[in-house]
Amino acid sequence: MSSQIPATEDIQIILAEHLHLEGPLLPILHALQEAFGHVPRAAHPLITDALNISRAELHGVISFYHDFRDKPAGRHVLKICRAEACQSMGSTALAEATLAKLGVTWHGTTPNGAVTVEPVYCLGLCACAPAAMLDDRVLGRVDEERMGKLLAEAGA
Amino acid sequence: MKDFIIPDDRDMGTPARVGAPVTLEIDGVAVTVPAGTSVMRAAAEAGIQIPKLCATDSVEAFGSCRLCLVEIEGRRGTPASCTTPVAPGMVVNTGTTRLRKLRRGVMELYISDHPLDCLTCSANGDCELQDMAGAVGLRDVRYEAPENGGLANHFEARNTSDEANPAWMPKDDSNPYFSYDPSKCIVCSRCVRACEEVQGTFALTIEGRGFDSRVSAGGAGDDFLGSDCVSCGACVQACPTATLQEKSIIEMGTPDRSVVTTCAYCGVGCSFKAEMNGDQLVRMTPYKHGKANSGHSCVKGRFAYGYAHHKDRILSPMIRERISDPWREVSWEEALSFAANRLRGLQAEYGQKSIGVITSSRCTNEETYLVQKLARAVFGNNNTDTCARVCHSPTGYGLGQTFGTSAGTQDFASVDHSDVVIVIGANPTDGHPVFASRLKKRLRAGAKLIVIDPRRIDLVKSPHVEASHHLPLRPGTNVAVVSAMAHVIVTEGLMDEDFIRTRCDWDEFQHYAEFISDPRHSPEAVEMLTGVNPEDLRAAARLYATGVNGAIYYGLGVTEHSQGSTTVMGIANLAMLTGNIGRPGVGVNPLRGQNNVQGACDMGSFPHELPGYRHVKGAEVRGIFESLWGVEIDPEPGLRIPNMLDAAVDGSFKGLYCQGEDILQSDPDTKHVAAGLAAMECVIVHDLFLNETANYAHVFLPGSTFLEKDGTFTNAERRINRVRRVIPPRNGYADWEITQMLANAMGANWSYVHPAQIMEEIALTTPSFAGVDYALLEEKGSVQWPCNTEHPEGTPLMHVDGFMRGQGRFIVTEYVPTDEKTGPRFPLLLTTGRILSQYNVGAQTRRTDNVVWHEEDLLEIHPHDAEVRGVSEGDWVRLASRSGETTLRATLTDRVSPGVVYTTFHHPDTQANVITTDFSDWATNCPEYKVTAVQVSLSNGPSEWQEDYAAQAALARRILPAAE
Repeated sequence: MSSQIPATEDIQIILAEHLHLEGPLLPILHALQEAFGHVPRAAHPLITDALNISRAELHGVISFYHDFRDKPAGRHVLKICRAEACQSMGSTALAEATLAKLGVTWHGTTPNGAVTVEPVYCLGLCACAPAAMLDDRVLGRVDEERMGKLLAEAGA
Repeated sequence: MKDFIIPDDRDMGTPARVGAPVTLEIDGVAVTVPAGTSVMRAAAEAGIQIPKLCATDSVEAFGSCRLCLVEIEGRRGTPASCTTPVAPGMVVNTGTTRLRKLRRGVMELYISDHPLDCLTCSANGDCELQDMAGAVGLRDVRYEAPENGGLANHFEARNTSDEANPAWMPKDDSNPYFSYDPSKCIVCSRCVRACEEVQGTFALTIEGRGFDSRVSAGGAGDDFLGSDCVSCGACVQACPTATLQEKSIIEMGTPDRSVVTTCAYCGVGCSFKAEMNGDQLVRMTPYKHGKANSGHSCVKGRFAYGYAHHKDRILSPMIRERISDPWREVSWEEALSFAANRLRGLQAEYGQKSIGVITSSRCTNEETYLVQKLARAVFGNNNTDTCARVCHSPTGYGLGQTFGTSAGTQDFASVDHSDVVIVIGANPTDGHPVFASRLKKRLRAGAKLIVIDPRRIDLVKSPHVEASHHLPLRPGTNVAVVSAMAHVIVTEGLMDEDFIRTRCDWDEFQHYAEFISDPRHSPEAVEMLTGVNPEDLRAAARLYATGVNGAIYYGLGVTEHSQGSTTVMGIANLAMLTGNIGRPGVGVNPLRGQNNVQGACDMGSFPHELPGYRHVKGAEVRGIFESLWGVEIDPEPGLRIPNMLDAAVDGSFKGLYCQGEDILQSDPDTKHVAAGLAAMECVIVHDLFLNETANYAHVFLPGSTFLEKDGTFTNAERRINRVRRVIPPRNGYADWEITQMLANAMGANWSYVHPAQIMEEIALTTPSFAGVDYALLEEKGSVQWPCNTEHPEGTPLMHVDGFMRGQGRFIVTEYVPTDEKTGPRFPLLLTTGRILSQYNVGAQTRRTDNVVWHEEDLLEIHPHDAEVRGVSEGDWVRLASRSGETTLRATLTDRVSPGVVYTTFHHPDTQANVITTDFSDWATNCPEYKVTAVQVSLSNGPSEWQEDYAAQAALARRILPAAE
């Protein structure tokens, strides 16, 4: 992951790798996010040109998926579930405490760039509510203490 | 439904289908519809309106609102009627108790996020959401924002504690003609789908998802004006609420009645409903049953009608002794007798042929007919010409010579059946936008496109449309490219020999084949001239020849050349070679610039032709008119516009009646036109505004707009459409009445009381119009000529069983380079064109809010050419040719090839025609606007000509205050 502005050539290489696919837009967006940690703005005109779609169409697709970012996230992404089962098991309080501890709001990143906190609506772990996810790891029965350990682990 | 709309205009919910008949039963009523029709549309056919919000018949069904649910016997659940196709024997119920309850629940959810300010809403009385709330019997909305839960809605800007609602978005008023109010939006996606399916621009999308879904123009941070939106109005038309609403309706209220009429802009000839509130025109909406446009429109016809009430419009007749005097407002009697006396005096002094007329391609058929009649029957000469001279005269000549009729062969709907489309020298998305939308729809469905144009027009590549081949030829080499295509077809044996043997003159074909097979016509041989890659050209020719239904559409980029007529004949040759004539989806189709170019040509505006393209030398034809008019008609052709101007400079042509055309701005070589006009002793300008030509006029007769008169326009597909009076003429008289008064002041004794009588006279004298009368137009909506006893309902497709002239004629098309050549002093080639938001010389569109899209004419120049001249984006540059020079701003783009520059001619202060030369088509004198050798250099202000001209214009436009 790099915070520098991605080079046109690098974006073009990713586009070229996917153009043969049927319905290449989502694979391209995933690949860009994989490579750059976000879908860089500079890629938009290149995508619309390569796929011959309008910028409105591209905007419609990117904005539909909450996971596509327009700027890089912190080094780690923490998602806290806010769906019904987790709320009933105290996730609202857990989330509020976590945000307060880190001094950020939803979608915010800690000043040291370690953690970005995001809401998520159901991780499929309702039986182990409240649930959270740190990067690719799903976690059940998260309480404030466990959250503290996770955050420490992530360097927040 | 809206009660001010005439009954057959109702929304059927989903588009019509073509298919085998299917019979089903809906609410006990048996109904038969084509297979593939939706249950919703079938119900509408039976007179049953199923409640709906997201469906409208201009776009495909979407199935999102869940209001149109029905029950179908033998099927589970409650399917949406818009997305369910009919099946034989299907039994449908649309109004069971269960359905009513479901619909009411759906409406309740919709209304829970919609403001209840119906009484003060701009869509009050014109809102489908309101109608549907009534139809489903919604009486209560139980959903409320939770306590302390914030405002869970999109329509309240602030809560009762004055905290801002983050979900609320302000109105987007960036477009001059309509506003987008997100707080009223129900996210039915009709606007997004209309932009995609109807207009084909894809400027809109739904951003976000779930409760966050919002209509968005362009990308993040764009507003409507900053997006790709072309302001065609399709989204506004599709919107069921006040979300996308015309500003005129917001200001003036909803209409109470409407009049169907025809747009007065381009040659597509769209039908519109002029919607009225009392005596005020509040909106123009495209008419669904208009055969040219099928309910679509562009920014000009839909919105740019405000010029009718612009302050610059002149409403009183004016005269002056000399053009250096200020204008004096006078009565109609005084103006007409002044004009009549001057004209008669000039004839007495300089001869019968010293005066003439110019008819307008913007006026009605009836008006044009009268103006040429004025010349022939009252002036006693054939000095009549029309602005079609400077645009499509080569079409008339070229197609007349090869096919036998001076008109396009198809109707616009034909393109729905095309497999390969060639667009030559035309820019439909700007010049003929409604046709372009139709073409793009067909291209998205898989038809192939070949673009032959020096410039990379939008059709070459725009969302979901991409040309298979773009041949960016050097301006002036059309004939070489078209001939090279024919060379490929003939030498590779791709022609349709059956068609040629049965439909064309075989001997002439053999002669032609021998000529065209010569290797000097091969793509490789002409590459040096045309700059077109020979492999591309070969591939394009093969695609056209082998692609089943091949259609050619062309514009002024073909005709406005010294070899314009030759190119038209070359195009006709291509169609005949490949058998692409006489059925849907094929043909040769000129895209006419102005609304009534076709009609003006049909009506005998040319100096050598009486109405119906019959030469004045024919005693028999003259006899028809002579006996009716009671005069003798001069058997000698009269003067063409350039000849009139030349004769004026020489001193033998002294008086001109010019109706609805601004020859000074639109004709080539402005200085020469100005000299010609200045040399005349009586110039009568009959127009809406003091146009540029009026600077040299002695009499100004105020004209009426298309909203203020009755008549007919004939569009590019030969369709005769009715123009209906919507408001009384602000200047007092319709244009045909003014011509009649002038004729009578000169001693004629005309007594037409309605244009219908003029049409009767046209039908009586002109075989191709023999069957046309206002009653038929009233009944059919429109007809395409020829309309006579053989074709009582008109002729959508021409040359079906044989060419009008008998056998199709192949004509040898030798390429002769224009005399206008680049050299060291003038190394670049200038070509001209136009832009979507402006029309022709801009007299109308510059007087509307359309100027927000195009404030000034710009010079497009390739970055390489700009760099060597030190020109950067936005710089003032001097554009000079052998004829003259002007200044304008430059814009750098690779749309044009190196060596080519491009500009538009919409603004008088640019005066692009100061630059153009007086070279013209060898057959018809159509000016060579599209090729001028020029030089571009940096400049710091207007040229000397522009300054002189501005000073003269200011002086010539003075009007004396009216006497108290």
